[in-house]
Amino acid sequence: MIELAHLQILSAGLFAIGTYGVLARRSAVLILMSIELMLNAVNINLVGYAAFVDFDEATRSFGQVLVIFVITIAAAELALAIAIILRLYRNRSTVNVDEIDLMKW
Amino acid sequence: MMVEPSLVLFYLASAITLGGALGVVMTRNIVYASFALLAAMMGVAGVFLLVFAEFLALVQILIYGGAVVIVLLFALMLTRLEDFQNLTDHRQWPIAAVISIGLFALLVTAIVTTSVRTTEPQSIDFETLGETLFTQWAIPFEVASLVLLVALIGSIVLVRTDGDRD
Repeated sequence: MIELAHLQILSAGLFAIGTYGVLARRSAVLILMSIELMLNAVNINLVGYAAFVDFDEATRSFGQVLVIFVITIAAAELALAIAIILRLYRNRSTVNVDEIDLMKW
Repeated sequence: MMVEPSLVLFYLASAITLGGALGVVMTRNIVYASFALLAAMMGVAGVFLLVFAEFLALVQILIYGGAVVIVLLFALMLTRLEDFQNLTDHRQWPIAAVISIGLFALLVTAIVTTSVRTTEPQSIDFETLGETLFTQWAIPFEVASLVLLVALIGSIVLVRTDGDRD
């Protein structure tokens, strides 16, 4: 029997891996992929709560509606971020986030 | 005692998800990382199916398999690929590893010490989901479509070269 805790631990693991990716990777594209992983971890959590927690009939589908919004925003974010990365590559010919420090300090 | 097939499938989907995620953060080649991301997303879709979120599993496969990974690969195609063949991590990666393992430990502690009143996993059919989305959540839904439109126009404006101006 799958339980809520299984989904939560999977979600925690995915989120931790995504965090590592955001912190340790140096390519902007890979950081973007890691952010997608973290958003998916959140989605797993939301779906788990929607399926397992004892909500009444009217509020049961809210979890899944929220997941749809998260996926929408993730798609919008990805499109914009890819555009910014392409622009950055054209201007600086690098996507290494260590070298993009114009706004640092 | 027989192990339940749903639990076996869940562990399989989890292994695909976490393996793909580790592939994204470990591999040295960014094209492999995109495909590992695809594997992770398909694993997440499998998990969605196992907790009866069929619509979201379909959306997951369509959006991530059909759009996100393709967009990422296009972005890699438009930049010079040879830069991405041999990626190196930041030299402070052990600190990042410690932080993420600590975060995982914290989350797992929070999960096992919190008890939530749960029931059997319950399916939410397409009809209920659609009705909720288009009645109770209609305004947020329209705002989300506006956000998508603005994001797409914004990305077109961002990547337009200066020569295109008339």
